[in-house]
Amino acid sequence: MKDLIDISELTTSEIDQLIETSCDIMQNPAKYSEKCRGKKLATLFFEPSTRTRLSFEAAMYELGGAVLGFSAADSSSAAKGESVSDTVKTVSCYADIIAMRHPKEGAPRAAAMAASVPIINAGDGGHNHPTQTLADLCTIKKEKGRLDALTIGCCGDLKFGRTVHSLVEAMSRYENIRFIMISPEELRLPEFVKSNIAHHASHEIEETEDLQQVLPELDVLYMTRVQKERFFNEADYIRLKDSYILTPAKLTNAKADLAIMHPLPRVNEISVAVDNDPRACYFKQVLNGKFMRMALIMKLLEVE
Amino acid sequence: MIIGSIKDGIVIDHIPAGRAMELYKYLNLEHADCEVAIIKNAQSKKLGRKDVLKINEILDINYELLGYIAPDITVNIIRDGQKAQKLHPGLPETITDMIKCKNPRCITTTEQELPQIFKLTDKENGVYRCLYCDTIASR
Repeated sequence: MKDLIDISELTTSEIDQLIETSCDIMQNPAKYSEKCRGKKLATLFFEPSTRTRLSFEAAMYELGGAVLGFSAADSSSAAKGESVSDTVKTVSCYADIIAMRHPKEGAPRAAAMAASVPIINAGDGGHNHPTQTLADLCTIKKEKGRLDALTIGCCGDLKFGRTVHSLVEAMSRYENIRFIMISPEELRLPEFVKSNIAHHASHEIEETEDLQQVLPELDVLYMTRVQKERFFNEADYIRLKDSYILTPAKLTNAKADLAIMHPLPRVNEISVAVDNDPRACYFKQVLNGKFMRMALIMKLLEVE
Repeated sequence: MIIGSIKDGIVIDHIPAGRAMELYKYLNLEHADCEVAIIKNAQSKKLGRKDVLKINEILDINYELLGYIAPDITVNIIRDGQKAQKLHPGLPETITDMIKCKNPRCITTTEQELPQIFKLTDKENGVYRCLYCDTIASR
């Protein structure tokens, strides 16, 4: 495996191995602090993303490596009209591995076809964000102790939310998963995502508009932001952005061991008062994401 | 024209009725110097009606393209007036630079030098998706 563009490119055993490594890194950080000494990670962010970029950079620093790159297209040669292929061919001469975010869907695939070093997709428009999915899987495994036999609720923007698409696809490879999709009709999970899980006999998928009604059934609640940048017009965004807001009052009937997750950043879909609830896992997700990215960088660089 | 009248050439048979011109266009036959016959709505035991293309020269045919447009077609290669080879192209695993991705958010819309690659993701229903953005190919 040279690159990570889409979560479906990883086998289940590779995912399990990455989770295992990330857990070991978390428990024994000193063991890994020199693993990438002398290696360089280039973070090519053609679209702003503080969280993901810093997570990659922190991951590489904690492995003893170095980081270079840019954080917006206007500070790169893309502003002069350079193609993605040319950019990564150039950067391949400077760095050992590239993490790329791009607003256009499929840009990391185009990059992987041109680059001579591994490419990690750090998000391509509304399409894929595999390292977020790895962080999510890692969090579910750590919080629930398993990745099978779970009822997972996904709430909010299920139409444009790429993190949900990837999570559904990744979780569908484990047994006995019941998905409950909670969203307004306009933001329902696209058919192509549903069709990916339809052929798994042990899975169920339900759709509802009522968050509170299904909350007591959930082992995992994955909240998402209604993302302004994915809408073609602002009127639709304003109408739908407040559809689902999680508050302490709504959580009274939820399971005691519910894991509340969110890819962040949030706007107002999880009330700040929920942060103190022990079931809130979204900041643990951020931390898990860094350890998972460390495990992934090591894997792609073939560092033992 | 009958097959026997072709000494060296290609007969593309079992084209779904009405799609011969589509094939003609994709194969760039309007630029070919040889004789080309388009037979529309011919009787067919298998299909009821079918189209047939007869090309009076053995051209370098893109079988990938043929399979994508009409996976059930038959290609007969005629040499010295005899059927030398019979091919069933079927659905190709990938198709390159034949159709364009219609997703306005796809990287291929801004970087037009990239090859337009689609991969077969559902053999049963003949579904192809863009290699880059996974959008379903529309004919």
